[in-house]
Amino acid sequence: MAESVKKESAEQAEFRQYCRDWLQGNIPPSPTFRMPQGPLEIMTTEQLDYLCAWQKSAYDAGMIGCDYPLEFGGGGRENCQKIANQEMQRAGTPYLPNVIGLGMACPTIFYHGQENLKRELLPKLLSGEEIWCQGFSEPGAGSDLANVQTFAEKKGDKWVINGHKIWTSLAHFASWMILLCRTSKDHKYDGLSYFVVPINAALGKGVTVRPLIKITGETGFNEVLFEDLEVDDSFRLDEVGKGWQVAMTTLLHERGAGELVTPKGGSGVKDDSEKKKGVGATALLGLAQECWRNGRCAADDPVMRDKIMQLIIRQEGSRQGARRARVQGLIDHPMRIPLQSKLVMSEVMQDVGRVALELEGAASSLYLADEHAPQEGHWPLAYLNSYGMTIAAGTSEVQKNILGERVLGMPKSK
Amino acid sequence: MAQPRNFDFGEEEVMLRDSARKFFENKLPTDKLHALVAANPDPDRTPECLWDRDLWRQMVELGWTMLAVPEQAGGMGMKAVAVAALAEEAGRAALPSPLISTINSSYVLAACESEGASQALGYIVEGAPATLAITNSRGSWESADTDVRVENGKLEGTAWYVQDAAKADFFVVKARADDGIGLYIVPATADGVTITADAITDLTRDQAHIAFSGVDAGQVAAAPGSGDKALDQAEPCLLTVLAADMCGAAEWQLQTTVEYAKVRTQFDKPIAFFQAIKHPLVDLMVMLDQARSLVYYAACAIDWEPESAEQYSRMAKSAASDAAAFACTRSVQTHGGIGFTWECFLHLYFKRQKHNQALMGDGVYQRAKLADILMGPIAA
Repeated sequence: MAESVKKESAEQAEFRQYCRDWLQGNIPPSPTFRMPQGPLEIMTTEQLDYLCAWQKSAYDAGMIGCDYPLEFGGGGRENCQKIANQEMQRAGTPYLPNVIGLGMACPTIFYHGQENLKRELLPKLLSGEEIWCQGFSEPGAGSDLANVQTFAEKKGDKWVINGHKIWTSLAHFASWMILLCRTSKDHKYDGLSYFVVPINAALGKGVTVRPLIKITGETGFNEVLFEDLEVDDSFRLDEVGKGWQVAMTTLLHERGAGELVTPKGGSGVKDDSEKKKGVGATALLGLAQECWRNGRCAADDPVMRDKIMQLIIRQEGSRQGARRARVQGLIDHPMRIPLQSKLVMSEVMQDVGRVALELEGAASSLYLADEHAPQEGHWPLAYLNSYGMTIAAGTSEVQKNILGERVLGMPKSK
Repeated sequence: MAQPRNFDFGEEEVMLRDSARKFFENKLPTDKLHALVAANPDPDRTPECLWDRDLWRQMVELGWTMLAVPEQAGGMGMKAVAVAALAEEAGRAALPSPLISTINSSYVLAACESEGASQALGYIVEGAPATLAITNSRGSWESADTDVRVENGKLEGTAWYVQDAAKADFFVVKARADDGIGLYIVPATADGVTITADAITDLTRDQAHIAFSGVDAGQVAAAPGSGDKALDQAEPCLLTVLAADMCGAAEWQLQTTVEYAKVRTQFDKPIAFFQAIKHPLVDLMVMLDQARSLVYYAACAIDWEPESAEQYSRMAKSAASDAAAFACTRSVQTHGGIGFTWECFLHLYFKRQKHNQALMGDGVYQRAKLADILMGPIAA
């Protein structure tokens, strides 16, 4: 029976051991200042420096970009990133700050960029020395992404860019942006092209970054204005007019359905008592024990128990779905499960937040600055932040269009 | 023991699943099924047992009816993931047959580990259909509840909600003796057995309550005190098989409804264009995929990590019951007027799903049991 258990390759097993050994002594101590719940909420340079130092040290140790070729700053390994991710998760390391770079820019540049661009950009992306942001959404192009109006006009061997990008996470810290813009007004989809743009170098010289404040009160995303910014033609990915296809590579990876495994750190939870609280829906089991409802423990309330079980089942169903998506005999359509993952995880996390606030009852009113707030206001903040997940990277409604159209073959809603 | 990553679902299982799908498509396409079980729409009709006996014989020859009978009892002893795959296909075909009842009986009998149970497993190997008579008049799914007693070696009382009762050659009867719950093998033709068919909504099975009056309790599958334990042990298998059946049926409901929404035109467009139609069908697909993944998780646990099988099978039955219920509302509603008619095949699945939803406990019931496992019982 044991033969049917899929074994790790010798390389993978050895690498896993290496990761474990290295992580034993190299996780940075927790910072003295408050850390945001995720990289998209980084507000201060103090927070950023702490996280970037961690990414650099993990990169130098060979745990980030393991599956990318050596000449692009990768580890030149095969199927090892997921091992590094598992070990970083298990060890409770901090998360990685350069998420847009690692999850979206890196695979996009890898698949669509020219050789010298990959050599130049990928090493510092992987090490976190250069932070990346994504210039896709505009005030008039949200769910209808192909409606982007930011225009790049060809002048000699330069492109001159004018326009307005919005909801741009990390732009205030970013050296580079992946940019989707219009190069022709004659075609909607075929009139788009894709660039990488050195925005930090151009601050005040054609690029303006303005912070936006989220419903949580945190900053972290921005609007970015382009006024006659000149960009070299060598910063274009793929052909002129192929921007939409390139953007699909980005989005596929953003939604967790791409070929390349994105490097992911831990969630910064180290000590055992915190680990026992669990993540996602499992965290509600512990929370229910600490909350009161109708004069008794909330964990003894049958309705709350049912709500918690519903979420645990959805979370486990999704986890097992990710496993089933890799079993040839148990899938009907290759994209059916992968295209669900972003929709399901973001909706489950939001519902977990909603139920957590219900469990906390009156105390759910207490926010970050209140000394009596349960878990330092974690759940009100998480619930507010969860709307970022169900809106960004294609709203849940757009995800349902994609699933209905590409998987079930229903006609396009446009 | 950790589960294999592929749910232990290998080539053999793929072959079984594919041949079962082809077999049901050929032998019992939906129009033929409708002609077989839905010829009489009269709501006041006398209950009838409508099934294809010849199809049963063919399934016996293929070995499918003894898939879950252990090898040492002469059966196939297949992995639970294989049984789940077959059950899924039976559900997709809305198969009117004692197949699921017989498989579930084999799981209970295999958990008994007794001479009487081995004998009964032998009947299944020879091709006899069997079913479980384990439910009381209140429809309780608790292993210790029954309205049947053992008195002086005779069974007295009535078992309720017995599935496929008119098709089975013998029953596995749960009865309370002085020393606790036992399980007894009773031939359908035994003296003192009165089978009264229930008038049920589901057209793809029959159901009955069975009265036992002075029925010989000589063939003991589980001695008093051990019957409830055997039932508890087999319960994850029963839940998983039912959940698999529901997933197969829900996939049929989903695909049939999607195809209809693509061809039905209103406002000059196929109705699938409209998000009020499209998005709920996607929601159904998502629910169904979670349920199906949990079915294989639970099935794999039965062979690889039995200590977790109850937990996962309750997740699977909960998810499958809810997905099936949603498939019912969306399939009929999306079809509009035609979906509300007897001539449209949807109602066969609708009724089977609603029946399966309740069997062995619906979603709310499973989640209460799951919470007892994960959170401990509710404090008194």
